[in-house]
Amino acid sequence: MELADQIAQYLVSGLSTGAIYALIGIGFAIIYNSTDIINFAQGELVMLGGMFTLFSLNVLHLPLPLAILFAVAAATAVGVLFERLTIRPLKSPTPLALIIITIGGSILIRGITMMIGGKDTHAIPAFSGSEPILIGTATILPQHLWIFALTALAITANKLFFEYTITGKAMRACAVNRRAAGLVGIDVKRMVLFSFAISSALGSLAGIIVAPLTMTSYDVGIMLGLKGFCAAIIGGLSGGIGTVLGGLLLGVLESLGAGLISSGYKDAIAFIILLLILFIRPQGLFTKAQTERV
Amino acid sequence: MRKFQILVLLTVTFLFTAAALAAEPLRIGALFAVTGPASFLGEPERNTLEMLVKEANAKGGLRGHKLELVVYDTQGDATKAVQLATKLIKNDKVSVIIGPSTTGETMAVIPVVEKEKIPLISCAAGIKITDPVKKFVFKTPANDHVAAEKIFNHMAAKKQKSVALLTVTDGFGSSGREQLKDMAKKKGITVVADETYGPKDTDMTAQLTKIKGSKADAIICWGTNPGPAIVTRNVKQLGIKIQLYQSHGVASKKYIELAGNENAEGVILPAGKLAIYDKLKQSDPQYKLLKEYEQSYRKAYNVEASTFGGYAYDSFLLISEALKKGSAPEQLRDGLEGIRKMVSVSGIYSMSPTEHNGLDLSAFEMVKIVNGDWEIAK
Repeated sequence: MELADQIAQYLVSGLSTGAIYALIGIGFAIIYNSTDIINFAQGELVMLGGMFTLFSLNVLHLPLPLAILFAVAAATAVGVLFERLTIRPLKSPTPLALIIITIGGSILIRGITMMIGGKDTHAIPAFSGSEPILIGTATILPQHLWIFALTALAITANKLFFEYTITGKAMRACAVNRRAAGLVGIDVKRMVLFSFAISSALGSLAGIIVAPLTMTSYDVGIMLGLKGFCAAIIGGLSGGIGTVLGGLLLGVLESLGAGLISSGYKDAIAFIILLLILFIRPQGLFTKAQTERV
Repeated sequence: MRKFQILVLLTVTFLFTAAALAAEPLRIGALFAVTGPASFLGEPERNTLEMLVKEANAKGGLRGHKLELVVYDTQGDATKAVQLATKLIKNDKVSVIIGPSTTGETMAVIPVVEKEKIPLISCAAGIKITDPVKKFVFKTPANDHVAAEKIFNHMAAKKQKSVALLTVTDGFGSSGREQLKDMAKKKGITVVADETYGPKDTDMTAQLTKIKGSKADAIICWGTNPGPAIVTRNVKQLGIKIQLYQSHGVASKKYIELAGNENAEGVILPAGKLAIYDKLKQSDPQYKLLKEYEQSYRKAYNVEASTFGGYAYDSFLLISEALKKGSAPEQLRDGLEGIRKMVSVSGIYSMSPTEHNGLDLSAFEMVKIVNGDWEIAK
């Protein structure tokens, strides 16, 4: 294999992993943009997507499309319940308290899943076969195309929702200034609940669609969540193209780093990028400082 | 008067012999990671040992000794393991300890048993446990380099001269990586690529692309699920045609299930014989024992027996064999060291003063995956 061919494969592999990170990153961004919370339980919702699909396939014996719907519904219910039981009752919702709550929540969700579902890793069948597709000399799997398509769909729908619907605008208003939003008659608590519902649905959908590639177990959420968070940070926590570019960039750098430098430093590369961006450009790579997000 | 003296003498003699016949109970201590991250090791180990002790006591004990088993859960924590080992020795007065389940815990416990002179039979695989040899420390799982040697022997038979390594960055993978490199040098096989992946990584195409460019004759992947399953899928995705070897770390049906039958087709790996006992020849010395263990474990716990439970089985058999020399800790130690050609689950044990593991190449069988099942590899 010539070097050029190798680099082509690194790029393709990087883009396909990057799309996964991007999809998960958008979930972080949505909650952040309407509530100012970084929801560290987002990774667990990704995990729940995969685990609920597995449950409905193997225990309820549903066909795949129904299993996916069931899994998204169930994970969304968990997300909503999570908001109701932990975020809403808080008397003085300081960002620090909220973040710590989401971390606690993620450990709880992971623990319960382990108790009920066991510690084994499980495979989920690919949506449309696993015959590799050739792109030049590089190969990807049909499942990667599903991921690309879903990511594109998710950011478009997201953009439309936040720009052009009343609810979307109301949610953005809550992020800009909670009190002011409340004063003009926006039901802030409802908007927070909405944002949790949307990001849970999106997170679980991401979990479902990546599960045939990454397999699923109670603890896949940790690493996927962290990588998604990196993607969101690189993209300046924007709910749109920024996070997607962030995810793709992260995926490509990881893959090139593993291929051209050393695979031992693959994860280190991701987290060094994260730290550098937090130090140098905390507003993200693609946004100007202090501009409106979304 | 003389009669009376004889009577007393006879009675006393009789009392002593009777006491010797109904030998005192043997107290066995066990330290297993029954809960926590290493519970996949500790749980089958505890189950196996409890099953065996129950069976032995139902038959009147082991070589005349009733068995008393004390099992403690270390949760995979080295500090707890040390405390519990001390407790076993000081409070429970055990004569021998089985476990701990992991290499880290075992290394922490070694100074305690060496000081107290209580034999320890570890169920962890790390080579440093018995290399260098410690007077009171034994272990049942085969060293990783035995599995590595099996793979290289197979490669040599197939005239494969260069290899690409892909190992996971945890304890199992990094120890495997060192031993693979050592063994490759000994066997005259060149390592042309030496790649790693993280235990939670979800895509290894980058590493495999590099390997594909390295023109190796074969790939050896060293890890535990799910990583190797992903590697197997990625190899298929990239259309890599060279032979893929996996380690004994994935010698279970779970691996084939995760990788998918068509992706795993043709993969070769060294497997402990328990996983494939039904494929062995009936004449294999281990066949009968493996079958018996599999079936009684399945009956008792309703799941298939695992290689890890087998390590506890081996420990129990070793103790039973060592009891021939006596039941005091020092006698047990000498007995353990004197064991020759003992057939057990993980292999055939031959101990010596310089060898406290005692397994050789016969511990593994090279198997090939064909149609989602094992087949003895030629």
